[in-house]
Amino acid sequence: MIWLGIDTANTPLSVAIVKDGAILAEVNSSMAVNHSLRAMPVIEELFETVQLKPNDIDAIAVSEGPGSYTGVRIGVTIAKTLAWTLKKPLVGVSSLKTLAANAVFFNGLICPLVDARRNNVYAGVYEFIDGELIAIHEDQHLGIEDLLDSLKGQKRSVLFVGKDVGMFEEQIMDIMKENAVIAPFPMQLPRASSLIFMAQQSGHEENTHAFTPEYRRIAEAEANWLLQQRKEKGSD
Amino acid sequence: MDKDIYILGIETSCDETAASVIKNGNEIISNIVASQIQSQQRFGGVVPEIASRHHVEQITLVIEEALSEAGLEPMELDAVAVTEGPGLVGALLIGINAAKAFAFANGLPIIGVHHIAGHIYANQLMQPMEFPLLALIVSGGHTELVLMENHGSFKLIGETRDDAAGEAYDKVARVLGLPYPGGPAIDRLAHESDDAVEFPRAWLELDSYDFSFSGLKSAVINYKHNLEQKGGEVIPAHVAAGFQQSVVEVLTTKTLKAAKEYNVKQVIAAGGVAANKGLRASLEAAFENEGIPFYVPPISLCTDNAAMIAAAGTAMFVDGQRGNMGMNGRPGMSLTSWSK
Repeated sequence: MIWLGIDTANTPLSVAIVKDGAILAEVNSSMAVNHSLRAMPVIEELFETVQLKPNDIDAIAVSEGPGSYTGVRIGVTIAKTLAWTLKKPLVGVSSLKTLAANAVFFNGLICPLVDARRNNVYAGVYEFIDGELIAIHEDQHLGIEDLLDSLKGQKRSVLFVGKDVGMFEEQIMDIMKENAVIAPFPMQLPRASSLIFMAQQSGHEENTHAFTPEYRRIAEAEANWLLQQRKEKGSD
Repeated sequence: MDKDIYILGIETSCDETAASVIKNGNEIISNIVASQIQSQQRFGGVVPEIASRHHVEQITLVIEEALSEAGLEPMELDAVAVTEGPGLVGALLIGINAAKAFAFANGLPIIGVHHIAGHIYANQLMQPMEFPLLALIVSGGHTELVLMENHGSFKLIGETRDDAAGEAYDKVARVLGLPYPGGPAIDRLAHESDDAVEFPRAWLELDSYDFSFSGLKSAVINYKHNLEQKGGEVIPAHVAAGFQQSVVEVLTTKTLKAAKEYNVKQVIAAGGVAANKGLRASLEAAFENEGIPFYVPPISLCTDNAAMIAAAGTAMFVDGQRGNMGMNGRPGMSLTSWSK
């Protein structure tokens, strides 16, 4: 069983090919380079490296977000197009769960987070229970302070994972005190091999045509429109 | 031609998700367009983020339908042509990445097409292009006069200095309280009107083929404002008719002048505003008078579609043009010649 994994949800890019539970090749980078420029060339190179043809793969795993809207869409578009035209199953995995998977065997809560600007983050709360990564709190878009306040109330040790954690380290330590653990740099980037591992464990399969990103936020124009609708209804 | 050429076209530069298969650059085998107009109408215009979200939802369905209607397997295609720019960058990226993934999976070459070159080549689907050729491109994002001496050679001889013609239609429609998109609504009102308000014409410099529509838009706003201040009644049909007359007269006069100066064998109109009945009638009458063949594609090929991208892509394919997996969206891409 050969898997292709793709994560372009945020600044980092990760692509991996895994065969029968072993990594054949994986490319990780974290450069501020447009994923549209790099993702397909990296995928092409990876197939070249492992001497496989596109049709040799058996399944595709993709990071479904949350993250940069454009970034998530590039990975999802590539993955669903490959899955559809090659007639292979597609599995979407949360970008945050993929980050949390870096903390395998951590005894406590795992909080993967990604900067969403203006003191907001995309974050989730996960825990390894009997070897399986479980979402304790679903991924959401929220203020960093709201996130830390709710984690503080848990009174447990929490591991913060992600390359943006450093931006909030001071706030994290201030609020969480000794319960906070900051993951070291080798654990900060999402890895497509972990993404594949999570996809295998999930055991589900997407409807390829209908598959779309998990934005965890509605578009600003839509939010304003909904607000307007409510106001108009209210004044009737 | 020894062997038939089949090209899959993909277009996602604005708010239409489209795919099409074209045979030999001039025969439509399938032409699928998924429009977002109902969703975008809520906002009175195209919201880029919403456009990109819809493209991701539709893209594989639209490509699949184009192939199944054509009755072709991917391996029977010769190449994939996709709109590389200009357009909304987030929207372009969906078509481009789908095209790259499809081309990679099926071992096909990929060709990046300029959206305006596509609009021009829509005409190739109706009748062969004859050179020198003058193209008037009028849409929500473009107002351009392009001279072609040969396939793949584009010379921009005039363009708008501010608003595109279609943009002016949308803005004036909003002022008049008409629905989005403004073009069809104004065209209809103007057609039914028994009178027209006199608005200025923006001729710019005597020898210029450039256009300007923002002054006309302001004139409409001022007219409405002044009349309302005086307690007068604004009759939308009269405003629509006056606005349309100004736009149509400038477009027709400049196109005709350029056609004569460059002694062209064929004049074509393309883009969403080329679907405008008032503009079509005016251009047809002007060129019939001069004895210069004038063509405008049916409405379905004037508005954004992928058949035109595949048609232009076929001409590029024959010319040996190829892209690669590093293709990126080029929102500000300029129309440059691919062959000399």
